[in-house]
Amino acid sequence: MKEFAQLIFILGTTTKTNEKLKALQQYFAVASDKDKVWVIALFTGRRPKRTISSTLLKTWCAKYINIPLWLFDECYHTVGDLSETIALLTPDEATTTNDKPLHYYIEWFLQSAKLSEEDKKIFMLQSWKALPSASERFVFNKLLSGAFRIGVSQQLLIQALAKVTALEAPVVAHRISGKWDAATISFDELLLSANAKADSSKPYPFYLAYPLEAAPHTLGQPNEWQAEWKWDGIRGQLIKRNNTLFVWSRGEELVTEKFPEYETLFALLPDGIALDGEIIPAVDGKPLPFAQLQTRIGRKNISKKILQEVPVAFFVYDIIEYNGKDIRETPLAERRKLLEEIVGNINHPRLLLSPAISFNSWDVLAMLRSNSREQLAEGLMLKRKSSTYQTGRKRGDWWKWKIDPLVIDAVMIYAQKGSGRRSNLYSDYTFAVKDGDKLVPFAKAYSGLTDKEIAQVDAFVKRNAIEKFGPVRTVKPELVFELAFEGIAASNRHKSGVALRFPRINRWRTDKKADEINTLDDLKAMLEVYGK
Amino acid sequence: MALIEFTDKGLYCPAGQFYIDPWKPVNKAIITHAHSDHARWGSQYYLCHTKTKPILQLRLGNHHYESVEWNQPINMNGVKLSLHPAGHIIGSSQIRVEHKGEVWVFSGDYKTENDELSGAFEPVKCNTFITESTFGLPIYKWQPQAIIYNNIQQWVLQNIKDDKASVIIAYSLGKAQRVLQAVSKVTENIFAHGAVWNTQEAFLAAGETLPSIKRVTSETDKKEFKNAVIIAPPGADGSPWLKRFTPYRLAICSGWMQVRGNARRRNADKGFVLSDHADWDGLLSAVKATGAAKVFVTHGFQAAFSKYLNEKGIAAAEVKTAYGGEEETEKTTEE
Repeated sequence: MKEFAQLIFILGTTTKTNEKLKALQQYFAVASDKDKVWVIALFTGRRPKRTISSTLLKTWCAKYINIPLWLFDECYHTVGDLSETIALLTPDEATTTNDKPLHYYIEWFLQSAKLSEEDKKIFMLQSWKALPSASERFVFNKLLSGAFRIGVSQQLLIQALAKVTALEAPVVAHRISGKWDAATISFDELLLSANAKADSSKPYPFYLAYPLEAAPHTLGQPNEWQAEWKWDGIRGQLIKRNNTLFVWSRGEELVTEKFPEYETLFALLPDGIALDGEIIPAVDGKPLPFAQLQTRIGRKNISKKILQEVPVAFFVYDIIEYNGKDIRETPLAERRKLLEEIVGNINHPRLLLSPAISFNSWDVLAMLRSNSREQLAEGLMLKRKSSTYQTGRKRGDWWKWKIDPLVIDAVMIYAQKGSGRRSNLYSDYTFAVKDGDKLVPFAKAYSGLTDKEIAQVDAFVKRNAIEKFGPVRTVKPELVFELAFEGIAASNRHKSGVALRFPRINRWRTDKKADEINTLDDLKAMLEVYGK
Repeated sequence: MALIEFTDKGLYCPAGQFYIDPWKPVNKAIITHAHSDHARWGSQYYLCHTKTKPILQLRLGNHHYESVEWNQPINMNGVKLSLHPAGHIIGSSQIRVEHKGEVWVFSGDYKTENDELSGAFEPVKCNTFITESTFGLPIYKWQPQAIIYNNIQQWVLQNIKDDKASVIIAYSLGKAQRVLQAVSKVTENIFAHGAVWNTQEAFLAAGETLPSIKRVTSETDKKEFKNAVIIAPPGADGSPWLKRFTPYRLAICSGWMQVRGNARRRNADKGFVLSDHADWDGLLSAVKATGAAKVFVTHGFQAAFSKYLNEKGIAAAEVKTAYGGEEETEKTTEE
């Protein structure tokens, strides 16, 4: 555990990619086989199921160190992370060093589901007492609760593994993707044995585009580029191998069961195929707003009603495997031709070809782009016709050229302390628009201000807050911000009647007073124009 | 009439007709220590500890200053006033006020661990204690100074081994002198930012003994910074002034480094949890040691700390002051 805690500490504190890479390599060089596999699993979001609720953890910890629950909560709001709060509150009690490996703890958590609450409590308390430092208790708690969000990207992990195994990075990326069980697979099985039973479900690492910041004509001749609408859905891969259909989302989550609509494609698709596209709710080939998709994402059971109201289609834009062969190195123009042929043959309303937009000059394309919202698109995608299908976010061949966001002026009415880099800072805000002399909350936003601005808002909140305890502070409606958002949809779950897509702070309107903000009617007018 | 009142200018003793750490200009100001949120410009008369005086002169310019030693009572309009070590920075003092048998103590800023530089914190018996609460949550627990110093020393040695300079961010008054204490045990090649240098000069002129440092100037040859230690105030963090030290690693010394997110936000290579304030246990033990029946809690986590004291049977109330925010939080820069 000591080594793992040390690794997490370095990854979480150093700002230099090289030092992170070095730390990962060092860890993989010394860690046991089981621990290595678990680290890969944890860093790619494959964690053991949570078996103890945060309420129980809180209660046990507060009792153990003899503080009232409200004080624990105050600490938690300040730290912004339950695992860390507990790690800091519990004392350094261990005198002997009896270091247990990472997998010892994970294996305990795996089998803990069937244990009694009392047994779980005993184990947690023993572990807190046995782990000699806050950083070890922190990672221990993290194994159980919350996502392992540390300063390491999937790319970095892949790079480190590539170095350690002397494999190519894309090979590593592919091998650690898909469905595998960290409890049973060995490091060699996962990464090294190329002939080992290849998991037929494995998706390819997605190729992601950078935002285009320069003017498009800097990209060269228009005829070297393919333009498509940038859809607002869930990026996904549709894979059929060994007569089984798999649907993967970009978060490398297997979501086949969440979208039963795609089953109808199963019989129509040839075996050994991988399609890249967007999961989008659509009726008669026309996309619906993303907000509609959100109503079904979180659900376990997809009811008939939902299937009727929010049916999804797959807007396909690339083919990366055909006849069981990886064709990512084939130029886009050729992949596109093949794709058009296949989709044309299948000819099914659930599988729609994301159209290539024809244009002969960048100016024409710029004009088309300004119509994105009418297409329910977020802008355009530009892809070099000669491009291969690469791994991760890369500059050069694929760009996203998004439209300018919608904006509205609003006043801050509530603030909450953030987490991670923003712990102990009031950085998460709720905003309101005017409705007569009332203020109606309509959006929350967490990002968009500079650190310096956050510090200023934080000082304002601390001076002007009404409550003294608990997570939320009501503040004088005084600070005005311009919010930007990508879309707007009607919602009966929100007081304001609207739901915004990806709201964030565009800028602080220090030049505006609270009575100069936009109104609920302004929002409704936007809904009329953009939300239908 | 209370012995000390909380007014919009600061803590005021009506019987003695003086203010303690006022944030607006007044006739008579008693100063706990020279940090800018406690020692402000513009008053007619300042009274402080002997070791605070040179820093007040440096920071506030020429005024009417008087100084006393610790435990040397003086009479202010019939009120007995004395200063007692607070252990926060060199010269920092608690203020004891006695009138008609009633005793109030204002802690100023303090820490209970003896840093062997500032004078050991002295618990003073009183009826009413006014305490700070900068780190008034139980998540704040400090390691002993010796361990933190050792960590700093090991870090510097590792940087030297890796051919890198060590830039250490520390407040120019207080933390910088402690860091100097720590690093001078492993290297003599120590540079300081102008703000740290000026403070050091004022201390030396007043007869303090401190390890020697070199001032970073625009003329200093960059080669001299190779493998050196550079002590700089928070204002220098993230500024182009740091470029000249490349290649370097950067560490921040602050109690706020206790929480990972704060350290990450600062983008430092290393955060040392080194504070000049009492931690949670320190605050509690200080309050108990005074034997005070009534406690007022100023700047920090005053709501939580006073609520906790009340639950423990010590009558406590929070007080709004203008303290904190300058040197207490990591977000703003010093001076």
